[in-house]
Amino acid sequence: MRDLRDETIPQNGSGVNRRDFLRGSGAAVAVTALATSEQGAVAQDTKKSVRTAEPQDITLNVNGKDHKLKVENRVTLLDALRDDLNLTGCKDVCDTTNCGACTVLIDGKVTYACTRLAVECVGKKIVTVESLAANDPVIAGFVKHDAMQCGFCTPGFVMATKAYCDKNPGATLDQVRKGLGGNICRCGTYVGITACAMELVKKGGK
Amino acid sequence: MATELKVAWGPRKENVYLGKSTLRMDGAEKASGQAKYTADTNPKDCLVAKLLTFKGGAGKVKALDLEPATKVPGVKAVYAFVKVGDDLNWDGSLVAAVAAERQEQAEDGVRAIKFAFDAAAHFVDEDDLATATKLHNDQTADVLKKYPEEVRKLADADKAKLSDDDKKKLAEYQAALTAASRIKPLGENTKGDVAAALKTAAVVHKGYYGIATISHMCLEPHGAAARFEGNKLNVNLSTQNVSGTAGQFAGPLGMDQADVTVTCLYVGGGFGSKFAADEWGVAAAKMSKETGRPVRLMLDRATELKVAGTRPSGFAEVTIAADKDGKIVAWDSHHWGSNGGLKGGTLNLAQYPYVFQFDNVNRKATGLMTNAGPDRAWRAPPHPQLCALTDTAIDDIAAKLGKSSVDVFLANIDKTNEKLQATYTAEIKRAAELIGWSKKWHAHGKGGAGPVKKGLGMAIHTWGGAAHAATCTVRINPDGSVESLSGTQDIGTGTRTAIAMVLGETFGLPLEAVKVRYGSSVYPRSGPSGGSTTIGGVTGPNRRAALAALSKLFDVVAEKHKVKGESLKAKDGKIWSDGKEVCTWKAACGLLGMMGIETQGEGPKNDGLTSAQVGGVQMADVSVDTETGIVRINQFVAVQDCGMIINEQLAKSQVYGGLIMGIAYSLTEEQILDNKTGRYINADLENYKLPRIGDIGELIVEMYQPDSEYERGVIGLGEPPVIACGAAISNAVANAIGVRVPTIPLTPKRVLDALKAAKA
Repeated sequence: MRDLRDETIPQNGSGVNRRDFLRGSGAAVAVTALATSEQGAVAQDTKKSVRTAEPQDITLNVNGKDHKLKVENRVTLLDALRDDLNLTGCKDVCDTTNCGACTVLIDGKVTYACTRLAVECVGKKIVTVESLAANDPVIAGFVKHDAMQCGFCTPGFVMATKAYCDKNPGATLDQVRKGLGGNICRCGTYVGITACAMELVKKGGK
Repeated sequence: MATELKVAWGPRKENVYLGKSTLRMDGAEKASGQAKYTADTNPKDCLVAKLLTFKGGAGKVKALDLEPATKVPGVKAVYAFVKVGDDLNWDGSLVAAVAAERQEQAEDGVRAIKFAFDAAAHFVDEDDLATATKLHNDQTADVLKKYPEEVRKLADADKAKLSDDDKKKLAEYQAALTAASRIKPLGENTKGDVAAALKTAAVVHKGYYGIATISHMCLEPHGAAARFEGNKLNVNLSTQNVSGTAGQFAGPLGMDQADVTVTCLYVGGGFGSKFAADEWGVAAAKMSKETGRPVRLMLDRATELKVAGTRPSGFAEVTIAADKDGKIVAWDSHHWGSNGGLKGGTLNLAQYPYVFQFDNVNRKATGLMTNAGPDRAWRAPPHPQLCALTDTAIDDIAAKLGKSSVDVFLANIDKTNEKLQATYTAEIKRAAELIGWSKKWHAHGKGGAGPVKKGLGMAIHTWGGAAHAATCTVRINPDGSVESLSGTQDIGTGTRTAIAMVLGETFGLPLEAVKVRYGSSVYPRSGPSGGSTTIGGVTGPNRRAALAALSKLFDVVAEKHKVKGESLKAKDGKIWSDGKEVCTWKAACGLLGMMGIETQGEGPKNDGLTSAQVGGVQMADVSVDTETGIVRINQFVAVQDCGMIINEQLAKSQVYGGLIMGIAYSLTEEQILDNKTGRYINADLENYKLPRIGDIGELIVEMYQPDSEYERGVIGLGEPPVIACGAAISNAVANAIGVRVPTIPLTPKRVLDALKAAKA
């Protein structure tokens, strides 16, 4: 979910932010670096008149199953998972690749689903939190250590924890803290998450 | 004869569940992504709505044309929050909403709206009392000049006798005066004789202290998913107030409250900001009515930060004085701040100074009117700010005397609530042990020779936490299953688990046997989850209803098995008489007719199940890098009382959560408004800084739990642990570097600025 008008402000000096690029990439809009806010505003006006590409049929492999869907090129993987496939375990929180609430695995690599277009993910293996079995050790560990309160950031943290602990058996406390630094919790459940992750890496990550 | 069961909690030692740790019952649903939040509402034909908001400090709507949006492919409904001529008083003010088949189409629709505004003067520097006062005086003088005396005199005339023309003139004049206002005097009062006390004091300190506005930053933004079924409206609402919001939809939609159902099983954070249907929720319902389709409207991240709730700021000039033993003998303060929304409010004068009732006090408060989104209750309102503006000044007196802060706080404990003095004393001693105070403590400013200085700080707090008004229904079914029904909510507190534990304990049943139904406004009404009122609010009525149901069951068992009802106990899934098994729970329930047993519970009552008023002590051990200004938490200790604990693990989770939110507002998070543009310039998760998992140091939590606490009954715990953090951390930083960093959060820039100012 985005604050649309904010996008008239150039970010990082480029004048076109990630969102603009994602949204405009299905169209024939020239994405060139713009230096001033005036140019940014012009780019915004130009974008308004650009037609986006027609929705196209794609197949996404999610949790081992092929799903057919029809989306415009500008649709993110996050929105496709949530709105088209009703896989709402990944959450739409920051939309700026800061919080990790939308964490999924793509070909085994931990990824923020809000940073990928759905069309980019054709032919890749996407794994979401919904794939985890009820007795998955990461879920059991989160419950055991009460690593949640409101629970909204929790599925993203579960995926990040799973990916990190699977790949880093024997990690130290400092390493775990760095490894899980890509996610944000507002209620303050870091103590439980740390305890859960430490237990998992001690057990060899599984 | 009916069996009488005394309404009370059982003896502490006999409890099977209460006071012990039980895993959160919906933990697996949350962790596995199965839990469906309002934001996850996604029925097949659901429309998604997006918002157009105002970007600026203040303005007036010049043009608003939604028609172009209706032509955008996929758009099904448009909605205007304002009309031409309306004022837009802060950044993020809602302008319009567009509902479409898909998110991206709704965004296209928002872009197509023709919207223009005339900019108006704004003021957002909430700490700048001098400028606010000057603006106020200049603008008010202009208004007085503009309106002739005969118009101004109308204000004193008998309103009933005024002509329509005069009424109009008066209204214009008064509106102009309101628009010119930037400050509002909020009272002053005096106790004792401050001037005399200052003369005889051993030490006097004058200080300036501040704490910035923060946003609630709920990770699930505010929002609603509304759908009409015939003439009935069902709303999934992200709310802390399941039982209290249906009417807020019914009114604006012109329908009966009885035709509105509000549902919320999971809410992704509220912290005090989610008690209302809100204008965007009503917009979703209206667009659903218009289209005959479900409509989901969640705020975008920036709008969530700008308009969905903030914790107000506070700034104070304080003169504090003590005798040679550290006993505070005088307090003189003027505090100000803004609660946004052009409301002109600030922290409650009567509650400041916080916790301590000193003998000689002068105090004065002034509210500032700033063009910022309005405040909402934020976890323990407004205690964290009051504590941050009080315990810092006490610590500065300790520094001036060269005394340990622990000694100075202890020297003044006799000025706190009489009922809490023993608790505070015990908690301070215990917290000092846990953090190693006596070993680590050094005089202020003696934090080591290198660039990284270490320091210790402490602060204390209090909170009511009385149970809210609530009802519930408890059922014992003929097949032995039991249920609790109530229109409460589980905002992360563990409400559902707590109710199951109370029924499990009362009926002697495993927790899996207890079905807890909650989160719908069709269930018996239960209070909103705010002010740490919920656990007391739901456990009291459930215990009362469960005991009433159990006594009815005992009547039936007593008659059938020819035993005395008073001799019966329910434990381990069986009914016992004087220690001998009578029958299984299931067999006992089999004796009930088809209707089983249904009882109602109410609260709060004065029967000892719940009470109020806790203390709490926190101590911080920090490192401050004097070259970079970065503050790191080494250890953070909380010793917290809360009466009788229902679930120890979940209680500790509340305290950990409080400490982490406390670290957030002490070190990094704040609303940053730019006075040039009037904009909230860090309204995103990149620039609104929250701590991550590696930023919190080691947290040590101990629940203060002598038997005397159990005897107090249940008291809420959500708010207290977030209160003292700001002052404790600020005091630790002051102890480390020997300089007070006046304003919280203690960002690197503020730390460096304070160090620089001290050198100059």
